Amino acid sequence: MIKALRAPWFLLLPAALVLLWHVAVESRWVTEGLIPSPAQVLRSWHTWIFGTAKMTLSPYSGTWVDNVLYSSRRVLQGFGLAALVAIPLGLMIGWNRLVARVVDPTIQMLRPVPITAWLPFAIAVFGIYDASALFLIGLGAFYPIVVNTTHGVRDTNLLLLRAAGMMGAGPGTVLAKVVFPSALPSIFTGLRLGIGIAWTAVIVAEMIAVKSGLGYVLWDAYYVGRMDICVATMVSVGMLGFLSDRLIVWASRLVLRWRTLEAVA
Amino acid sequence: MNAAVELRDVWKEFVKGERRVEAVQAIDLALAPKAFTALLGPSGCGKSTLLNMVAGFEAPTRGTVLANGAAVSAPSPKRAVVFQEPALFPWYSVYENVVFGPKTQGRPPAEYRPRAEQILEQVGLQGFASHYPAELSGGMKQRVGIARVLVMEPEVLLMDEPFGSLDAQTRTLMQELLLEVWERHHQTVLFVTHDIEEALLLADSVCVMTARPGRIKKRIDVGLARPRAIDVTTSPVFNDLKREVLALIREESVRADAERALA
Repeated sequence: MIKALRAPWFLLLPAALVLLWHVAVESRWVTEGLIPSPAQVLRSWHTWIFGTAKMTLSPYSGTWVDNVLYSSRRVLQGFGLAALVAIPLGLMIGWNRLVARVVDPTIQMLRPVPITAWLPFAIAVFGIYDASALFLIGLGAFYPIVVNTTHGVRDTNLLLLRAAGMMGAGPGTVLAKVVFPSALPSIFTGLRLGIGIAWTAVIVAEMIAVKSGLGYVLWDAYYVGRMDICVATMVSVGMLGFLSDRLIVWASRLVLRWRTLEAVA
Repeated sequence: MNAAVELRDVWKEFVKGERRVEAVQAIDLALAPKAFTALLGPSGCGKSTLLNMVAGFEAPTRGTVLANGAAVSAPSPKRAVVFQEPALFPWYSVYENVVFGPKTQGRPPAEYRPRAEQILEQVGLQGFASHYPAELSGGMKQRVGIARVLVMEPEVLLMDEPFGSLDAQTRTLMQELLLEVWERHHQTVLFVTHDIEEALLLADSVCVMTARPGRIKKRIDVGLARPRAIDVTTSPVFNDLKREVLALIREESVRADAERALA
């Protein structure tokens, strides 16, 4: 039973979807030539990763790793920047009523504005440079981190605050040793949501605001009718997003060891 | 003799929206140093509110709370609290929980480490120092809750139904443990409970409270010799005391029921 649960079940659904895709293309359910077959995408993807300029005429040949690195670096920087601002700010909003009253309504008002709507603004202010992309990625990742951090702080058990108080803890100690660890599970939820949005944002930003990275390749490939590269990009982004999420989950398990004990008990 | 804790004409009212709830009324109470005082009353009578005001978690609406002659305005390690729920920090080990107080107060580890180890042994937690609260039973968690306040050597120990959420057997064990520990440390204790036997077994003096709004109906001196053990609860003297308290409480619940019927 337990062995059966450990089987790589997560591969079942993707495999079924790929099969469906293959059948759909082969049986001409979709207009011929519009959507490439899985095999075609795999071939193009292979060239995109391992090809050299001499081997083919494809301008994408061998550029995959570089573009993955461009996009990953932007995600890492934008996301890191967002976390650096959003976690302390979320702690302050959750902890201090005055800060909440001054800052929170503005955040809640800006939050529904999609990052796509910020694109013209970003380009106007930062130009077609990395700064535009970092701004959009950072902004997108910022909201879920700040909201979840605030929520985590407000959820701190009153008894724990009182316990810390009667043991002589001042506000600084309470914040660092009680409120912050208590909010950590919530903060990690925010980080997971944030990294997902960061990947969305990097693609949007690279499609328009910069001239490199997976998003740039995707848009470029679309213009020249290379749907196979478009699809390979989509799968690449999906896999990178999945990997970075696993990385955060792994980090949270490491940091929140006391919580996994709780779940067992 | 100066009282360790003194409440002078203390009133507390809670305002929730348009509703005003009178929690306690006209409380005059003095705790003698090194004495074990129990506050006994039905649930909702305001005894925990009273304890919270002594701790400094809540301020009285009227009147003053004095600790060692000084007005109480905020929580302090001098008035340590054991809560009904253990209220341990789940991200800290047993040892880290126990030394949280002295460490926060900036005491040197050389001073608190041996003391913490000694107290962990006294409460029967030797060998559990590196465990996390999630790995402990309810009784063990509460022992950590007691150890972390003993290690601070507070002037007053405030205990808010600390054994209320434990099963009957564990509760008896914990009461014995507390008697034993108290014989060693002789701290001033204010112990809130709704369990008559518990109050009489542990305390030197039992303050019986009225139903809400809580007032102190009668203060009974428990003349039982110390050190005490659990078998004192079967003695005739104990039963006489219990009968007296039961009569007071019955009178009180009849009155409360009558008032509820009128309202």
